[in-house]
Amino acid sequence: MLQAGEWAYSETLKEHFMNPKNILQGENTDDFDGVGMEGNLQCGDQMMVVIKVDKEHDVITDCQWKTYGCASAIASTSVLSEMVKGRTLDAAFHISPKEVAQELGGLPDHKIHCSVLGDKALRAAINNYYTRNGKEDKVKQDQVKVICQCMSITDHDIEDAVLEGARTYFELQERTKLGTVCGQCKDEAEVLLEKFKHIHFGV
Amino acid sequence: MADMKVYFDHNATTPLHPEVKKEMIAAMEMFGNPSSMHSYGREARANVEDARRKVAGFIGADEREIIFVGSGSEANNTVLSLFVCGTSQCIAGSKMRSTIITTKIEHPCVLETSECLAHRGVRVKYLDVDQYGKIDLDQLAGMLGDDVGLVSVMMANNEIGTLQDIEAITRMVHNSGALMHTDAVQAIGKVPVDVRELGVDFLTISAHKIYGPKGVGALFVKKGIPYCPLIRGGHQELGRRAGTENTLGILGLGRAVEMRALEMPEEEERLLHLKQVLRKGIEERIDDIHFNGHPTDSLASTLNVSFTGVEGEAILLYLDLEGIAVSTGSACASGSLDPSHVLLATGVDAELAHGSIRFSMGRESSMQEVEYLLDVLPPIIQRIRNMSTAYIKGGLHAASR
Ligand SMILES: Cc1ncc(COP(=O)(O)O)c(C=O)c1O
Ligand code: FES
Repeated sequence: MLQAGEWAYSETLKEHFMNPKNILQGENTDDFDGVGMEGNLQCGDQMMVVIKVDKEHDVITDCQWKTYGCASAIASTSVLSEMVKGRTLDAAFHISPKEVAQELGGLPDHKIHCSVLGDKALRAAINNYYTRNGKEDKVKQDQVKVICQCMSITDHDIEDAVLEGARTYFELQERTKLGTVCGQCKDEAEVLLEKFKHIHFGV
Repeated sequence: MADMKVYFDHNATTPLHPEVKKEMIAAMEMFGNPSSMHSYGREARANVEDARRKVAGFIGADEREIIFVGSGSEANNTVLSLFVCGTSQCIAGSKMRSTIITTKIEHPCVLETSECLAHRGVRVKYLDVDQYGKIDLDQLAGMLGDDVGLVSVMMANNEIGTLQDIEAITRMVHNSGALMHTDAVQAIGKVPVDVRELGVDFLTISAHKIYGPKGVGALFVKKGIPYCPLIRGGHQELGRRAGTENTLGILGLGRAVEMRALEMPEEEERLLHLKQVLRKGIEERIDDIHFNGHPTDSLASTLNVSFTGVEGEAILLYLDLEGIAVSTGSACASGSLDPSHVLLATGVDAELAHGSIRFSMGRESSMQEVEYLLDVLPPIIQRIRNMSTAYIKGGLHAASR
C-alpha cells in the first residue's frame, strides 16, 4: 500500500510555506521606495510587494511582501522576494511566473494563477518606484490589447482564462464569451491561446 | 512534526468502525454472486438481504423499499434522472409534472444533475436559504404549484451542518401533489431518521459517512412510487439497479447502521459538548471570526468558522503540519475559483467564504483533541494575519486592530 505523500506540494514549496522569507513586518511601508498591490480579498487573493532600490544603479536591495492567499501564493512570493534581490529593476520586471514556479520545484496547473499575483505586484512596485522618482518614461505598462471587439475581451482576459484552466478554443469561449458574435477574432485568439499555454504550462 | 494526530474531517469521510472492519475481514472469503442458485450464491444472497433488513430497520422502512447503490452520489443522480423518465411518460402509468425544486446549498451531485436536467428541458427552481442555511418555507409555498413534480432538499448540510425540517417540507410538498426526496447522507447516523415520520418518497444514504466502506450507499424508494433505474440491464435489486452487488460493501453498510443504532443515542450529547467547548474556545482566543450555520438546528459534530483576513487553504495546510485534518470552503483548496456555494448562499461575504474552515468531529473525537486544536489554532491564525494584506495600514481590516 502507498503511504500518504509528505505534502500536497513540492518540498521547496513546503519549506517556503513553513518559513516564508521577507514578510513585511508591521503595517508601515514608508521606508520603501516602491509599493505594488494587486488582487483583492473578495477574489480570495491579494498581494502587496514593496521594494528598496539602490537609486544609483536601479538595483533592488530589498523586497518584502504581504499576502492574503493560499499556500502557493505565500511560497511563490517568498521565492520571488529572494530571487529579485540584487537584480536590476529591468531584470526583475521580466521575471516570469514560470521561472518562479520552476524555482519552487513545480506547481500544479490549477495553482499557477495563485503564483502570478506576486509577479504582478512586483511589476506594480517597480512602476511605482519609477513614478515616484520622476522616471515616468520608464513605467512599463503591461500592454493591453483588445482582441475580441464584440465582447471586449483583451489579451489579459485570454491569459487569465488559460491560467484558470482553458486549454482549447471552445473552453476559452466558454469562459470569456470571446468570438461568440462575429467570430473574426478567432485566429488571433487561437494564436494567443497557444502562446499563453506555452508560457505558463510549457505545452 | 506533530506528535498528535487529530481527524476533524468526518463530514468528508470516516474511518471504518472496528466492528465493521472485523465483519468485512471475516467475510473476505465470501465471493459468491448473490444471483447464483448454488451454495456460494446463497451465502452471498443471505448476507445482502440481511444487510437490507438492517438498513430498512434503521430508517423504519420496509426491506423492499431499499435499493443498494454505488454511492450517495449515485442515489441522488438516480432520483433526479428518474424524474426525466417520469415526465416523458416512459414510466408506464405515470406522468410527472415537469418542474423540479431544490436548494442552492445541495451537494454538487444534486446541483450539477439539476443543471443537466435543465439542459434537457426540465424547469429547475432553486430555493434560497437564510443566513443560517435554512430554507424559507414561504418561498417554497410560493414555488409549489401544479407544475412541480419533485422537490429535493437535503436533510443536513455537509459544510455548515444546518438541519432542515424535512417533515414539514414534505407535508407541504405532498399537499401540492409533488414527490419528495431528501439527501440524508450527512444526517443519517447522526440524528434520528424515520422515513415514515418524515413522510419522504426518496431518501439517500451513503456508507462511508457512518464508519462503513466507501463506494456503497442505499436509496429508499417508498412502495408504490414510480421508479426507473439509472443503471440498467440486470435483474439485481429487483431490476432497480443493475450490476453484481458489492457484497462486502453492502455487508459493511449493514453492520455500520447496526453500530450507529447502538452508539448514536449517547453520542450526540457528547459531541454537542465538544462543539460548545470548541466554539467558545475559538471565540475567546481569536478575534474577528464568524460562525457559519444554524446555532441550534445543526449537526452536533459540525462547526464552520470564517476567519477574517485569512485564506482557508493556508489554515488547512498549517493545521495539517500540526497533525490536524480539517476542510475548507476556500476556492484555492478545491481548485476552482469560486468559494463555497453554500456559504455564498447564506449571504456570507466572499472574503469570509474564502477564509472558512469546517471542523467535523466523530465517534472517537475527544476533549483532548479539542484542547490541542484550541492550543494550535490561535497562533496559526495570528501568523497568517501577520502576513496578510488585509491588515496593512489602510487595509480592509486594519481599523479593527
Ligand atoms: C450531503 C452529501 N450528499 C451526497 C454526498 C455524496 O456521497 P458519496 O460520497 O457516497 O457519493 C456527500 C458526500 O460527499 C454529501 O455530503
Ligand atoms: S470580435 Fe470576437 S466575436 Fe466579434
